[in-house]
Amino acid sequence: MQTIQSVDYLAVAPPLMLALTAVGVLVADAFLPARRSPWIGGAALTGVLLALAADLVLAVGVLPQDRPRGTFCVGASCSYSVDRFTLLFQAVLLVAGTVVLLLANGEVRRAGLPAGEFHFLLLTALAGALTIAAGRDLVILVVGLEVVSLPVFALVALRRYDGRSAEAGLTMFLVSVTSTAVMLFGVSLVYGATGSMLLDTISAALRRPGTPHTVAATGVVLVLVGFGFKVSAVPFHFWAPDTYQGAPIAVAAFLSVVSKAAGFAGLVLVLTVGFGSYAGVWGPLVAVLAAASMTVGNLVALRQRAAIRLLAWSSIAQAGYMLAPLGAAAGLVGEPRVLGVLAAATVGYVAIYAVMNLGVFAVLSFVGWIDGLGGGRLDDYRGMARSHPALALALAFCLACLAGLPPGLAGLFAKIVVFRGVLTGGYGWLAVLMAVNTVLGLAYYLAWASRLFAPGPSESTAAFGPVPRHVAIAVGLAVAGTALMSVLPQLVLGVAPTLGG
Amino acid sequence: MTVLLLVLPLLGCLAVLGLPPKRAAAFGVAVTSATLATALLMAATFDYHRSGFAQFSVNAPWIPLIDLRIHLGVDGISLPLVVLTALLCALCAGYLARPSGQPERPRALVALLLLTEVGMLGTFVALNLLLFFVFFEVVLVPMYAVIAGWGGQRRAAAARQFILYTLLGSGVLLVGLLLLYSRTSTMDMVVLVGRAGTGLSHGVQVLGFLLIAGGLAVKVPVWPLHSWLPDAHTQAPTVGSVLLAGVLLKMGTYGMVRIAVPMLPEGAVALAPALGALGVAGIVYAALACLAQRDLKRLIAFSSVGHMGFVLLGIATLTPVGINAALLGNIAHGLITGLLFFLVGGIAQRYGSTDIDRIGGGLLAKAPRLGSLLVFAAVASLGLPGLAGFWGEMLAMLSAFRPAGGLNPALYLVFLAVAGLGTVLTAAYFLVMLRRVAQGVVPPRWTAERFGDVTAREWVAWTPLLVLVLAIGLWPRIVLGVTDGAVRVLLRGG
Repeated sequence: MQTIQSVDYLAVAPPLMLALTAVGVLVADAFLPARRSPWIGGAALTGVLLALAADLVLAVGVLPQDRPRGTFCVGASCSYSVDRFTLLFQAVLLVAGTVVLLLANGEVRRAGLPAGEFHFLLLTALAGALTIAAGRDLVILVVGLEVVSLPVFALVALRRYDGRSAEAGLTMFLVSVTSTAVMLFGVSLVYGATGSMLLDTISAALRRPGTPHTVAATGVVLVLVGFGFKVSAVPFHFWAPDTYQGAPIAVAAFLSVVSKAAGFAGLVLVLTVGFGSYAGVWGPLVAVLAAASMTVGNLVALRQRAAIRLLAWSSIAQAGYMLAPLGAAAGLVGEPRVLGVLAAATVGYVAIYAVMNLGVFAVLSFVGWIDGLGGGRLDDYRGMARSHPALALALAFCLACLAGLPPGLAGLFAKIVVFRGVLTGGYGWLAVLMAVNTVLGLAYYLAWASRLFAPGPSESTAAFGPVPRHVAIAVGLAVAGTALMSVLPQLVLGVAPTLGG
Repeated sequence: MTVLLLVLPLLGCLAVLGLPPKRAAAFGVAVTSATLATALLMAATFDYHRSGFAQFSVNAPWIPLIDLRIHLGVDGISLPLVVLTALLCALCAGYLARPSGQPERPRALVALLLLTEVGMLGTFVALNLLLFFVFFEVVLVPMYAVIAGWGGQRRAAAARQFILYTLLGSGVLLVGLLLLYSRTSTMDMVVLVGRAGTGLSHGVQVLGFLLIAGGLAVKVPVWPLHSWLPDAHTQAPTVGSVLLAGVLLKMGTYGMVRIAVPMLPEGAVALAPALGALGVAGIVYAALACLAQRDLKRLIAFSSVGHMGFVLLGIATLTPVGINAALLGNIAHGLITGLLFFLVGGIAQRYGSTDIDRIGGGLLAKAPRLGSLLVFAAVASLGLPGLAGFWGEMLAMLSAFRPAGGLNPALYLVFLAVAGLGTVLTAAYFLVMLRRVAQGVVPPRWTAERFGDVTAREWVAWTPLLVLVLAIGLWPRIVLGVTDGAVRVLLRGG
């Protein structure tokens, strides 16, 4: 075995650029005078855009060949691999990162957050998320998840003058540490049973008859539980609403989109590439998690009056839809092609969800803090269609997408793909439950959207003032992305990680 | 040309938002008229000898992964519905443009009306199951917004109930469609009709029919899933009621005729008796409910449930006669109920209310032409021979005499008897309504009030409906001649 490996620097360029920018921003902040701090946001944005450019260059090289580009390899197995799945997730994460940075721009200034630290932490977490999408080895995945989580605790607690912000950060910290411990225990069991950390080697080992299957199965379940916390699936969801509410709005957007997408990227990789042959073990569990998440999330969201809490619960419910196709995998053990279809349904839903949810958060960050609530109450949106027609239409469009109703075609297609995946696996009951949940979901998205157009106390929405340029760009990006997915959803549908054998 | 039918209102919907509000209604008239002209041109160039096959077809890929293709076409079943939809939309736009009653926020209302038209026309011309579903869903949000934005006093609750209830139906429908897809690997409606259920096990067919017809049943609406309808129709503004009753309900029965029955024939045979039973139950229930109504708009809304009961009975016989009757009943109901809602809108504008006791009778004396029109529309609706409403009901009952093979004839005789009772009750409530609204002396509170009879613009809007009700009543071949060939193709399996 070689002791010194050559590194394919182009393959690792996107996360590497983010990491370098993060360090650069932190150092620059120490030396720049305070009045220059807007430069920091600009520098961070440039870093993200460079990473996006690197992602595109990689895509041009990788996509036509349809062969993954790996590095850090042992034999044929690679710890880090760039395939269509990786490229899609990295692109979505970077676009999401761009929008979050744009949103943060105003909030950092208004709330007096320390610009250098804020951008350093955000970029680091984003780099971690990008690494997860490329990781094909349990160590990289766990480390990646921690690189996403650790900076986020600090980000959540960054509104230092607000007690709830600190509390939110602490809640999340404790939950996350616990989940990491559980996951690491699971990883150690899997390692003990299979003798490998590389997903494809694990997959091969799990098919061998000599493997201690009880130990391996326990490990698989514990890893799944760990991911349950990360993607805030019921019953591992309780940290999410308080954390969203206490965090700065841009950070809540980051949690709801980037963290969640990264968690799902890891989950899909581990379950399909690594533990594919154990679908009989994890499939039913995931199905139950999915059913519980969508039902509980939607039912509680129905009762929310604050925008940010509604979004928190809705994102729990949406996690249920994302899990549903994977839950249907139990009946399909040993059919990698079908497993790929199910994974692709989850991936497509995550990608579309990310873009449409960003649009909602962008409007929320424009509304800002009202009475200590990020994004205010639903009633604060009354009459927004009169005072800010473009913004209200954008929000209504994104909400229609989340509900999965035309004109929000992107959301509808995402749901159709998930429905189809669930039925492919023969889980009719889950499909019917999803249909009922769609109605529950529509009820609260509609309650919000209809307030926009209601004749209301227009002085409250007029007081929001003109739309700043960076918010306009952020909303425009999200809406343009969602509209694109409405017309050409095949860009993100049908992408699954490369499965061996 | 099919594409033009959809693109015109869609572009109009976007363009109207950029116009000054004063011009919006006139622009709406122009767009819907152009769409109507397209529909009429299609009807004129349609090859009636090949009415069983999709004409003016377009077939282009959209999302290959879920087999969603832009596959459009018009055949004998969809052509009458396309023309009806385009006509009612144009009349609605004309109604909005009348000088006496410019709506608030006209741009938004016209845009929503045009978006609804896209969805309705798309549903009738789609030949891909998923595309059908997408168009089916397109209608929901704009119709919700029309009710919630321009409706009566309790509009918010009515609109919410409408959209949530129908979305539940759509969800079940989607599960059914995807079940069909998972067993056949195609979404092409022409192919699926051609296969006529070959290769599908009995269990799958029954389950599929249950899900698809069950999902559509909310939209029809089939008793007891109708409870969203009276509120939605009553609270909606006149144009909303006209389109809800005139077109939206047809999307449900159209789906049953086009998808559920021909693609899942064994499932249809198994569940048709249940469908028929619910249909006749709806007829009687609606008639009894109508007898108890105090509000004119609500009465007409409930009467729709009864008329759709006859349509269901026709479908449930699974015979060519029955399905032709259902399609004819669809068209007749669209015309007559559309006219009734327009008339009630006119009455509401004059009396400021649709409460029967408040109007208090004497309409024929106060506004003789308006009163006569109401009498005309009401007797057409109760199925007087010689007017459009008669044939659909008569043929549906006739076909129940001899249902398709595999169905229990005795059971259908019972349906026939119950439906017969329903026609008597229907006649009863319409006559009671006419006695209390149209006949009698003008109550003292209205004698001093001055309001005009039917205006010239109202004549323009209502004459096409009057003429068609009469024409189809005297010569039902206008519709049956078009649908019959297509129905035979559907039932034979391609």
